[in-house]
Amino acid sequence: MRSFKLRRDWIHGWLLLLPALVFLFAFTHIPAVTTLINSFFSTPRGRRPSKFIGLDNYERMINDPVFWKVLWNNLWFAIGTIPVSVALAIVMALWVNEKLAGRSFVRMAYFTPTVLPLIAVANIWMFFYTPGFGLFDQITGALFGWPASNYLGNPDTALNAIIVVTVWKEAGFFMIFYLAALQAIPVSLKEAAQIEGAGRWTIFWRITFPLLMPTTLFVCVNAVINSFRLVDHIFILTDGGPDNASALLLFYIYEVAFRFWETAYGATLTVALLILLSLLAIGQFFFFDRKVHYK
Amino acid sequence: MNGASELIDRWLNTCAAWALALIWVLPLAYAVWTAFHPAAYEARFDLFAPLTLENFAKAWEAAPFARYFLNTFILVTMILAGQFFLCTLAAFAFARFEFPGRNILFALVLLQLLVMPDILMVENYKTMRMLNLVDTIPAIALPYIASGFGIFLLRQTFMTIPKELDEAARVEGASFLGVLWKVYIPLAKPTYLAYGLVSVSHHWNNFLWPLIVTNSVETRPVTVGLSIFSAIDSGVEWSVINAATLMTSGPLLIAFLLFQRQFVQSFMRAGIK
Repeated sequence: MRSFKLRRDWIHGWLLLLPALVFLFAFTHIPAVTTLINSFFSTPRGRRPSKFIGLDNYERMINDPVFWKVLWNNLWFAIGTIPVSVALAIVMALWVNEKLAGRSFVRMAYFTPTVLPLIAVANIWMFFYTPGFGLFDQITGALFGWPASNYLGNPDTALNAIIVVTVWKEAGFFMIFYLAALQAIPVSLKEAAQIEGAGRWTIFWRITFPLLMPTTLFVCVNAVINSFRLVDHIFILTDGGPDNASALLLFYIYEVAFRFWETAYGATLTVALLILLSLLAIGQFFFFDRKVHYK
Repeated sequence: MNGASELIDRWLNTCAAWALALIWVLPLAYAVWTAFHPAAYEARFDLFAPLTLENFAKAWEAAPFARYFLNTFILVTMILAGQFFLCTLAAFAFARFEFPGRNILFALVLLQLLVMPDILMVENYKTMRMLNLVDTIPAIALPYIASGFGIFLLRQTFMTIPKELDEAARVEGASFLGVLWKVYIPLAKPTYLAYGLVSVSHHWNNFLWPLIVTNSVETRPVTVGLSIFSAIDSGVEWSVINAATLMTSGPLLIAFLLFQRQFVQSFMRAGIK
């Protein structure tokens, strides 16, 4: 009887899973494998079918200066967005968690960018960056008398301009997770520390911050994935230019695969992105694992 | 710490929090300002500038936004319905059934949190072409409906439901699907609401994949429509572009302002499993 129940459980379990697994495999797992396979083949053109070319695509990638450029850009993009947006998120959460005059307005202000489409956000910021006419130039012009500057058209500033928009968009989203974590910290801990005479600064670094570590891990994993995924605003703001100064890896994959139609090389670049993502995920897990205090 | 310094401390914090909040709403406030004023006031701030809805009318006429909205609405509904259905069944299996391969399959589900369909756009596009679905709304929706995140979230919720409730319902003769329908789904309502809000706002805002698989007015969602509208350089005025921008994010923004508390709580709930 028992084994019969077990068998029936198996079948029910598998049947329940089946529909979801079909879609998961069709659009995530199988494409991931075929991406790898296709990276060893040439791009089919017209009547010429694709043929096995071994590591040629990889060789091309290693010798492709644009690939290294976008990879470098992506690194800067990650360094520029992750620490700033996470730090801002913590500060925002601390403020919003306290009794603050007009707290609900402040919270709304921080969170609103999260609900807006990145593409719409880019349109709004586009105007801020407009040379001469835009808000930044008007402010710097009025205050310091600076000449008009083309933030998005200058290879030195284009990526930074993108980073600013991303931080603005992401910080409020991460704040929510910190807010949830802060509300879970018992007030008694803080009170006990205050009785001991600890200042705000000490309380934050000795109590609050360590207790927020699991959230920080979660947020950082998200932020790292996002730094490879958020490319929508690039389409509007710079289109990767000037001279690939603001192109990121995913944007480059899009360009190679859907503007130049070099799908095999696109697949090779995707493999690079997948390897990078998994290495980062594993690395982060081990890096944080030692420092995280689980309850 | 004495009273006076604490007061100053609090005051400084409040000021800083407000300053940051004002910087944070500035872009949106600016977009609202230009969208509701004539083009002449784009860069000139005059409190008494005449208000107008003309920019919205112009944007509405210049591109088929009505159709784009309909497409997005169909898309978001389709994805949400698919996700609720597939993720509920899968989450129930992971939460309450013992079967061989459960852990491996669950790990494969979680893998999707890292490898999202957007990243695999090259292969997914080929699949859509093979299925003859390119330039249809289902093509935008299909890669997302089996959501690893949704399965994970619902599984965590289902596991917190006491087994006694489950058994009581079974004693009364309910089948396992009956139990799912009468016990699990009603008790997981807050999770469904949270996940629904996150999913709708995510797919309303999604851009890259829809850009790739659509190429006609009949299928384009608002984000892609907006990007095409604003890419027509020079000709279009800023105030009109900003009106279009507000229009596309409008429904979501209004919903957010009305249900702010639920929104924030939903994102929190979705985040901390």
